Amino acid sequence: MRKNKQNVYLDHAATTPMDERVLKTMIPFFTEVYGNPSSLHAPGQQAHEAVSQARKTVAKLISAHEDEIVFTSGGTESDNLAILGVIKIGEADVKSRLGKDVIPHIISNELEHPAVLELLLVLQKRGEIELTLVKADKDGVLLAKNIAEEIKNNTILVSVMYANNEIGTIEPISDLGKLIIKNRKQTGLTYPLLHTDACQAAGYLDLNVEKLHVDLMTLNGGKIYGPKGVGALYIRRGVRLLAQVIGGGQERGLRSGTQNVPGIVGFAKALDLVQAKREKESARLEKLRDRLIEGLLKIPKSRLNGHAIKRLPNNVNISFMDIEGEAAMLYLDAKGVYCSTGSACASTSLDPSHVILALGMSYEAAHGSLRFTLGKSTTKADIDYVIKVLPPIVEQLRKISPVNLDMEYFSNGNKEKK
Amino acid sequence: MVIKRRNDFKNEIIIMNNKKEDKKVDVTNRQGSGSFYSTVVKDHFFHPKNFMEDETGYIADGIGMVGSPACGDVMRVWIKVDPKSERITDLKWKTFGCASAIAATSMMSVMVTENEGMTLDEARKLRPQDITFRLDGLPQRKIHCSVLGDKALRSAINDYLRKVGQTDRIEIEHGRIIDKVLKITDHDIEEAVLEGADTLEKVQDKTKVGTGDPSCIPEVEQLIRFYKEKYYGAE
Repeated sequence: MRKNKQNVYLDHAATTPMDERVLKTMIPFFTEVYGNPSSLHAPGQQAHEAVSQARKTVAKLISAHEDEIVFTSGGTESDNLAILGVIKIGEADVKSRLGKDVIPHIISNELEHPAVLELLLVLQKRGEIELTLVKADKDGVLLAKNIAEEIKNNTILVSVMYANNEIGTIEPISDLGKLIIKNRKQTGLTYPLLHTDACQAAGYLDLNVEKLHVDLMTLNGGKIYGPKGVGALYIRRGVRLLAQVIGGGQERGLRSGTQNVPGIVGFAKALDLVQAKREKESARLEKLRDRLIEGLLKIPKSRLNGHAIKRLPNNVNISFMDIEGEAAMLYLDAKGVYCSTGSACASTSLDPSHVILALGMSYEAAHGSLRFTLGKSTTKADIDYVIKVLPPIVEQLRKISPVNLDMEYFSNGNKEKK
Repeated sequence: MVIKRRNDFKNEIIIMNNKKEDKKVDVTNRQGSGSFYSTVVKDHFFHPKNFMEDETGYIADGIGMVGSPACGDVMRVWIKVDPKSERITDLKWKTFGCASAIAATSMMSVMVTENEGMTLDEARKLRPQDITFRLDGLPQRKIHCSVLGDKALRSAINDYLRKVGQTDRIEIEHGRIIDKVLKITDHDIEEAVLEGADTLEKVQDKTKVGTGDPSCIPEVEQLIRFYKEKYYGAE
């Protein structure tokens, strides 16, 4: 995207522009190296080699083995494969141990991305799983101990995202992993397994699966300056999954379908690039993030959503009372600032952000929330521009608004005026 | 103005105006224009007309309000009425809501006050569809954001009639109020079903019914079944 003062893209959590170097790596795989990786002739083997190299790269970056990486069509598919794949195998285990009437139990939480949360709710509704959603604190932080306490003898999976896509809160995956391993040692069982969706974390946090103690990890390309429509699922050796896409047996039979060779090559390159720079880029963005937070919290009746420190370096999410997020977002759009909102009006459903509501915030606060997610192209000038243009927009919309709520309405536990 | 009844409202709404001219408002296929909203909507959203800048010193003959911030929309309407002609000579408003809600209230204020102003009877008959038509359509999932303005207007008219002692002329919303928070009536649900909404979710998309007062949802579901049978026959 061309960049000037009127073109400030602050929606990197939605998706990132592709890195030119990634694009350059991908291009030969459209027209020159076009073979099907499953073909035994030279063009096919060339493509196969490229996919193998990409797999090696991804495996190395997360401290895994090549045979633990399955390429998919992105985050949603990886999440679905992890959850649905575990359930079918885990179900047999639960039934053989505990009896035919027992269904598998899964632990997750209310802050998950819909690719996890909606799927789990559908499975619960169908009566296929027993579901426990652990509550987070007011900043969206989950306690590993609280999650581990919910483990029962039919628990087969714990799914907790590494960092939240809306409020940027970083969850204690490593601590949780340790507790789960301890539990498995005590019971001698292979379950529960730990899955984490690391799509938002991949650009900024350590993805070492040994340090995280995860059994399954979701990654995708579209959030890390790579191609959209491609991702991966890390599956620890020894973890058994039932394939969800059945066909020619590609990806060790776990994900059939001819591999998206340019996409896979680009995804590996993108992950390599962001992981190489992650510490430096995180330090740079943290400063800009805090500058934006500080600047915007000067607007009266505003509040930061999510934890101030346990937070992705690129995430700013603030609620402004008495205004509606979609209106503010579109006024910003007209000023060349591109962000997103947790308001119901901007979603296809009628519900405002489930994440902000799960923090114990009021509907009003969720409707008035704006999310700015910074990225590689973000400069100090961009941040200062937002700090300059947003206050008059909030003021203008408050002038149009008949609502004038007290700050105590931010929290849903405090709705009745004192 | 009549809404043409269609069974398939997936891709478009068709609105007919008083002159019986058909106008097709394409609400979903805006590819290429790079914009979700029509030019008219954007004009009213970015340059709202007649909003209440300063209440102090403004003497209103009637004030109406509808909605709640928890549901995402609140509208407040102030009117001045000429007692002889019963025309609305001025209308000011404030809206908490998204682009379509702001644009719809702004357009309503223009429609009510243009050409020397609507009479109270005319204003009462103003419907969300009339406003949507003048806005060159709204995206399908935004229609429900435009349905509160006319309610706030009727509430202001009732307030005026109460003030001038003509309580016998106060018209309680057509039909019975089902959702007490958003003041949504059985008549609104009937209209939503007529416009093609055949499930609770679709009726909520259009009316927001039950989002502020979930206790009414079982009744809403019953009404949807009733109107579906009435207009489209038993399943």
